[in-house]
This record gives sequence, C-alpha cells and structure tokens, in this order.
Amino acid sequence: MRKTDIILAGVGGQGILTIAAIIAKSALEAGMHIKQAEVHGMSQRGGAVQSNLRISDKPVASDLIPQGKADLILAVEPMEALRYLPYLSKNGWIVSNAAHFINIPNYPEPEAIEAELKKINNLVLIDADRIAADLGTSRASNIVMLGAASPFIDVDNTLILQSISDYFKNKGEKIVNLNLDAFALGRQKTNEVYVQ
Amino acid sequence: MNALLLLGDEAIAQGAIDGGISGVYAYPGTPSTEITEYIQESELAIERNVHREWSANEKTAMEAALGMSYSGKRSMVCMKHVGLNVAADAFINAAITGINGGLVVVVADDPSMHSSQNEQDSRFYGQFAMIPILEPNDQQEAYDMTYEAFDLSEKYHMPVMLRITTRLAHSRSGITRKQVKNQNDLKMPADAKQFVLLPAIARKRYKNLLDNQPGLEKSALESAFNKITGGSDDSLGIIACGIAYNYLQECFEDGNIPYPTLKLSQYPIPAELIHQLAKKSETILVLEDGYPLVEEKLKGFFPTATQIQGKLSGQLPRYGELTPDIVAGSLGITIPAGAVIPGVVQSRPPALCKGCGHADLYHALNDALDPYGKGHVFSDIGCYTLGALPPFDTINSCVDMGASVTMAKGAADAGLQPAVAVIGDSTFTHSGMTGLLDAINENSPITLIISDNSTTGMTGGQTSAATGRLENICLGLGVDPGHLKTMVPLRKNHTEMVATITGELNHRGVSVIIAQRECIQTAARRKKLAKKLEEQKS
Repeated sequence: MRKTDIILAGVGGQGILTIAAIIAKSALEAGMHIKQAEVHGMSQRGGAVQSNLRISDKPVASDLIPQGKADLILAVEPMEALRYLPYLSKNGWIVSNAAHFINIPNYPEPEAIEAELKKINNLVLIDADRIAADLGTSRASNIVMLGAASPFIDVDNTLILQSISDYFKNKGEKIVNLNLDAFALGRQKTNEVYVQ
Repeated sequence: MNALLLLGDEAIAQGAIDGGISGVYAYPGTPSTEITEYIQESELAIERNVHREWSANEKTAMEAALGMSYSGKRSMVCMKHVGLNVAADAFINAAITGINGGLVVVVADDPSMHSSQNEQDSRFYGQFAMIPILEPNDQQEAYDMTYEAFDLSEKYHMPVMLRITTRLAHSRSGITRKQVKNQNDLKMPADAKQFVLLPAIARKRYKNLLDNQPGLEKSALESAFNKITGGSDDSLGIIACGIAYNYLQECFEDGNIPYPTLKLSQYPIPAELIHQLAKKSETILVLEDGYPLVEEKLKGFFPTATQIQGKLSGQLPRYGELTPDIVAGSLGITIPAGAVIPGVVQSRPPALCKGCGHADLYHALNDALDPYGKGHVFSDIGCYTLGALPPFDTINSCVDMGASVTMAKGAADAGLQPAVAVIGDSTFTHSGMTGLLDAINENSPITLIISDNSTTGMTGGQTSAATGRLENICLGLGVDPGHLKTMVPLRKNHTEMVATITGELNHRGVSVIIAQRECIQTAARRKKLAKKLEEQKS
C-alpha cells in the first residue's frame, strides 16, 4: 500500500493551505485518493493552524490522522512542528523551517525549540525564509518547504511541479518560475541532508 | 479518475447547482461560508442566473428561500448552527407551510467550537421541525445528498435539512458529479392558502405534517444512505452517524468493521433498522458527532433488554468533536502513543491583524474608560471579539449577534454607567438595529460604537449589508444628530478619538459613534485587484 499521512503546521497567513492545495492536486492527478482537512475562520488570524493531508492508493476513511500515524510533519515554523508530535509515527519525519515566527509575548527561547527538535532523529531543519529571501521574495518560503518535504511524499515529483505551475499561473510566468526555483532549492537541501 | 477536489462545503454547493437550484440565500458563518462563496464564483451558477447574493441575516435568508420555493423554484439556505437560532421562527413554520419548489436548509455545526460560542446539534432542530435530516459522512455523499435532497423535499412537500459538522465542511476530497438538472419553472402553489398560517389553516397544515411522518420514516428505511454493514462479530452492534462512520472505518484494516454496523445518514431514525441491529447484538454503541440524539432515542426503544453505550453512558466524551482516536478508545482499541508535546511549546491564540482599525479603537476606548474602571463594555461577534484578550482586555461580553446593544441597554436600565456597546457593521445590520431602536425609544444612556470595517471580516471579507449607509440608518432610526459621531480609527487620531468617546460617555442618552476604516485585508485585496486590472489594460 502506498500512503503518506502529512500534518502541515504553521501560523495563519504563512501559506500552509497553499502547500496543501498543491500536494492534493498533484496526488489527485496521480490517481490517488485524498482527504485534506484544514482550518478556516477565527484561528486563521495569526494563530496556530494545521492541515491534515492524507494520500493513499486505497480509499481514505478518516479526514483526521490518528495519533502516532503521521508519516510527515511539514512545518513552516519550528515551534509549530513540535505542537503535533503526538501524531508523528515512530519512523515519521519532521521537515521544518528553522525561521521563527514570533507574534506572541511568551514565545520560547529559540535555542530551546531547536534543542527539542534535535531530539528527533528523522529531522530536516532548513532556513526556508533565508533561501526564499535570497531568491528575491520571502513569500516563497512555503514552497521552499514543500520542496524540502517532497522526497517524503509518495507522489511523482513532476506532478508536484506541474501543480505548482498551475497554482501560480494566474500570477504570471515570473512568479511561476520563482516558485519552481524555490521548490528545487528546498528539495536540494533535503537531499544534501540525506547524503550526510 | 475524473474527480473534482472539493471541500465538503463546496461539494454541497456543486450538488445544489447540479440539482437545479435557482437561488442560494445565506449569511456568512464559519463553517458554512464556503458553500455560498463557491456558488458565487461558479461559472455554471452565473450562467444559469442562480441568485447568490448575501442576505442581512439567517432569518431573512430563510424567508427569501421559502419565497423562492413558494414560486415553484428550488432554493437552498445555508448557515452555521447558531444561525439557525436566528432563523428558527421561519424554519419551524416552513415545516408547517410545507414547500412548493424543493427547499434545502444546510446547517453546519461546530463541535469543539473551533469558531463558535456553543456546540449545539442542529439535528435536534430538524427533529423538532419534524422534517427529514440528511447527514453525509463524506464529500461524495455531501454532493449526492444535496443533489437528491430537492427531490426528497418535493416528494414530501417539506423542507429538508442537510447537517454537517466542521470537519466535513472544511475537508477536501475527490468527488464525481452527476448530470446537471434543469431549473424548475415558475409555478404558483396548487393550494393558494398553503402558506397562510391562520390558526384554522395552520391546524390542517400541522395535521398534514404529522400524517407525513410515517412516510418520512419509510423513506429513511429505504434510503441508500442508511445501511447495515460490517462483519459477524455480534458481541457489539454499532450505529455510526454521518462522519463518525469514517472514524469507525479508520480503526480497522482496509475499513473492514468486524461488528454489525448501521451507517445512519438519513433521519427520522428508522426503527426497523435499529431493531434489525438489536436482534444481532445485545450491546449497541452509538457514535455521533454532536449531542447524544440517537443514543437518547434508543433508550426509549429498549427500556431494559439492550445495553446502549455512547456519550450518556460515558463511553465517549459529551463535549468536543469526534476523532478517530476517541472512536478507537470507545472500542477498546489501544492507540500507539506518539511523543508528548514538549513543555516549551506555547499556545498561539488568534490575534487582530497588524494595522487593524479595531485595535486602534480599543486603545482609544481603554483610555477613555480609564476613569471608570473595568466592566463597562458589551461586545458582539466578529474579529473585534478578540478585544477580550490581551493586550486589550477591553470587552466584557460576547453572547449572540446584536446582543452588545441590548445588553448595554439592560445594564444602563439597571444603573450601570457608562454602558458601552461595541459592534461591527455587519453584525449591526444583522441584528443590532432593532436593539438600537429599543434604546432610542427610551433614550437609554448607552454609547454604541459601530466599529465599521465595511466588510464581514472574520469569515473572510464578504460584503456587508449597509456599507456607506450606517449614518443614515442611525439617523433614520432616530439617533440625535448631535450625538452621532464619526471617527477614523488610526493611531495618529488617538487623542481626538479619546476626546470624542469621553464626550459621549458623559451624555445621558443614546450616542452612536461610527469608527470607520476599511478592513486591512479587504483593502489590500482590493488594491491588488485594481493593480492587476490596470496591468491588463496597459
């Protein structure tokens, strides 16, 4: 059975629903079954947000991932990665942005968050904000993260690339290419970690 | 696979369009908003001239939908659960009048209160009105049920309720569409007095509703949405309502449930199916998202012999939404414990956007109220409810749409001074205007602040019913022009705002202050769109 259960985590406005939409569309193109639950409404206002994305070659029953069953936590903010640890399976991976999003007065010491993250063996931690900024727009940080997580998602990479192009096509060729580059850089980062 | 990837809400919208609706009526409310938004953007709906504008509130929406039904056309009305409280008068009576064109009432409940002030279960309203209730378990069924609900409504000449919960509303999956149906023609009701609920006629109509009940139960018994499935281990029988069926399947390899299971998705509860299940198993576990409606009913079915497990028996928690983990727990299945959340993780509550006008208003209001101490501000439902949290700690109530105005009046009647109400523009036109009229009629000493961001902000920026006309509305209701003030909530206007508010707090009568500045989210979107249009021109 092919399946990937993904928890997408971040802060409202960071673009996790965009990531979810892109993966879901590519999985649908691949002929897979999908369920993708997301959060709308009040919690989108700068609060913690998450999406449960389930992809499988068999029909998916529950819209929510049971505890201990997620294959991947894809976090665009490091503290948000930790919030969903009860859902991560024993062999699951965390792919997280290293850049902190600090919008609460009691945000913990960044070092304390990193220390907790580094206790997890299957971890990819990259500064997606910096990579995106180097590309010319910090807004593509979420797509860098999608690229970094892509080796752990059981969907053909070319379909994900196509889905990115479709998603941004209304914004013009320049934005499409920028996001394709962002994806490639993220993916490359993870592959480097893998090799080590 | 030729599937459309749709949210549960969107699947309902597509099902309604394909099922031949001529209009949707709604007031935005999480988790129901996306139904109407999808229809507003649907090319097919636009081409077919389907009515798709927002209504002022859920009651006006329900009544307009009933009017469209009166005229022979199919209509749908959508709301969140608490919206049905607002629409309840029209809703209950629509069951008595019955319908002409098919009428479907979609209600999205919010167990766990992700974006709501309670977790009431709308199935009780459906049962109260004695109409059929459909409760889909997944997105495809949400589409199929909506598509077929109009036929069901026309077959029994009564409204049909479609009930979903947040999780299905906001979860996507692939769905397959059916053939698009024609819209109904304009056609008067066969009985010209059908909709006249004078007591003599209402008695006949009510009798008619009662006479219809056995037919509704038979329809639920024969419904393809209700079926007994599952394996032969009859140590337990399960009734899984709506989305609970998904969580139940999730507990077993390939969704093969070992116990006899009634998948229940159409009400009234067909007694025969319950008895069939009870013949197989002496213990019945009820899985339902929301209140224990089915479980309570079952207790009446089997006073002694059969053991009923569920939320009342303590097998499942009374509060919060169901999850696969909770359902597994109720079946005695041990869940592999994941890692615990490290203590370093802090909660991250929602907050007002940077640069939001509500924030500037609250800073000014706090300063103006400083001499009086805390406890003087009644508020309402919208983004500005976040004024209850730090750094503001400004407001002291949030109960129901429009309650800020009338609670301030009641508190003023009791002698609380000053008594301040803070309400948004869309909430004011939804249910605040009538309360203001009460205050004006008695010249109650209240200061009403309308925090006007010219949109319905919290649900994502839908049109607000009276943008640009609030002053005229207040004057028309009878607000003294000398105590109708306007201000622009910006940090640079802070001193002036504090002075305006302070002045009106001292007035012993009705004051209205309109703090007007567009929502920064909708303003940004508007600018972006304008820029795009400009680029397309050049």
